[in-house]
Amino acid sequence: MSQVQPQTNHQLDLARDIVASLEAGDEQGAANLIVQLAGARDSILFQEVGRITRELHDAMNSFLSDAKFQDMAENQFRDAAERLQFVIETTEQAANTTMDAVETAMPLADKIHDDAERLSQQWERFQSRQLGVEDFRELTAELSDFLQQLQGDTSSLQGKMSDVLMAQGFQDITGQIIKKVITLVQDVEQRLIQLIRISGQNSEKDSVKTDRIAKEMGPAVPGVEHGNVVSGQDDVDDLLSSLGF
Amino acid sequence: MKILIVDDFSTMRRIIKNLLRDLGFTNTHEADDGLTGLPMLQNGNFDFLITDWNMPGMQGIDLLKAVRADPKLASLPVLMVTAESKREQIVEAAQAGVNGYVVKPFTAGTLKEKIDKIFERVAA
Repeated sequence: MSQVQPQTNHQLDLARDIVASLEAGDEQGAANLIVQLAGARDSILFQEVGRITRELHDAMNSFLSDAKFQDMAENQFRDAAERLQFVIETTEQAANTTMDAVETAMPLADKIHDDAERLSQQWERFQSRQLGVEDFRELTAELSDFLQQLQGDTSSLQGKMSDVLMAQGFQDITGQIIKKVITLVQDVEQRLIQLIRISGQNSEKDSVKTDRIAKEMGPAVPGVEHGNVVSGQDDVDDLLSSLGF
Repeated sequence: MKILIVDDFSTMRRIIKNLLRDLGFTNTHEADDGLTGLPMLQNGNFDFLITDWNMPGMQGIDLLKAVRADPKLASLPVLMVTAESKREQIVEAAQAGVNGYVVKPFTAGTLKEKIDKIFERVAA
């Protein structure tokens, strides 16, 4: 503003001179003064453009000479993409390990359940003295088999349970990796904000636009603004029933 | 009952497949987006479609619209199982003719309830 104030005074002086010249009938003098006035206007504009260009140039230079930023552009981004890829792979692996274990455990549990049900029916018949000697002999053999098998089956169930437990270890690793990427993103964000502040308003509008597009799809994340989002299945059901579903 | 599950994440397809098996549906097939799913539907005599929304290639909403626009598939029951939870998206899916909408993360109970409801309505 300190530059503009004297400029404004200068312009006022020029304007007064133009009026004075015109009143005095000095058209040539007035025309010269008008050119001067326009020139002063242009020079403010040029000064301002010059200042912004210089600041932008300095900022770009400081970015370029900033070793950390260079490292960011050359290595850390590629690194971050690889890290996130690793997160996808690790979580996928954990999900598959867990489902493998569950898929093996389920039929085992079903089998134990069915055998126990069948044997307990037989046992009830025995208790109410409905079982003949031959049937009883068969029942004891089956019970003995069942108990033996139960030991094996439950220990493989335990094994599967511990597979599921161990598979959750991904959370620690992926959590650490994601934290690192968040730090990188925040760092870049800070630097970009500096750049945007210097280069002015237009880029701000653009960033808002891309922001909106990036947020358009994908799961809602708590704490992040997503627009008009339902809060859960009940909310979905209410909305659909309001639409006549 | 022949069911097509369309989701770009294999783990999600596997979860849905397992849940369906527990519900007694064993004839399930998988596709990883609308582009691979649509030809399967057109040639496969499917009875039911479960699809995600956000997928590369062809999105679930476009698959739904393509199904409704195809005279042979138009009456196929479609359940959307998706993380997309914007009201306008749910309204869009409803207008496009979806039969049910489940938001992720979901429970086995919710999936069963919605599937049962769809078949009740189809049978009625």
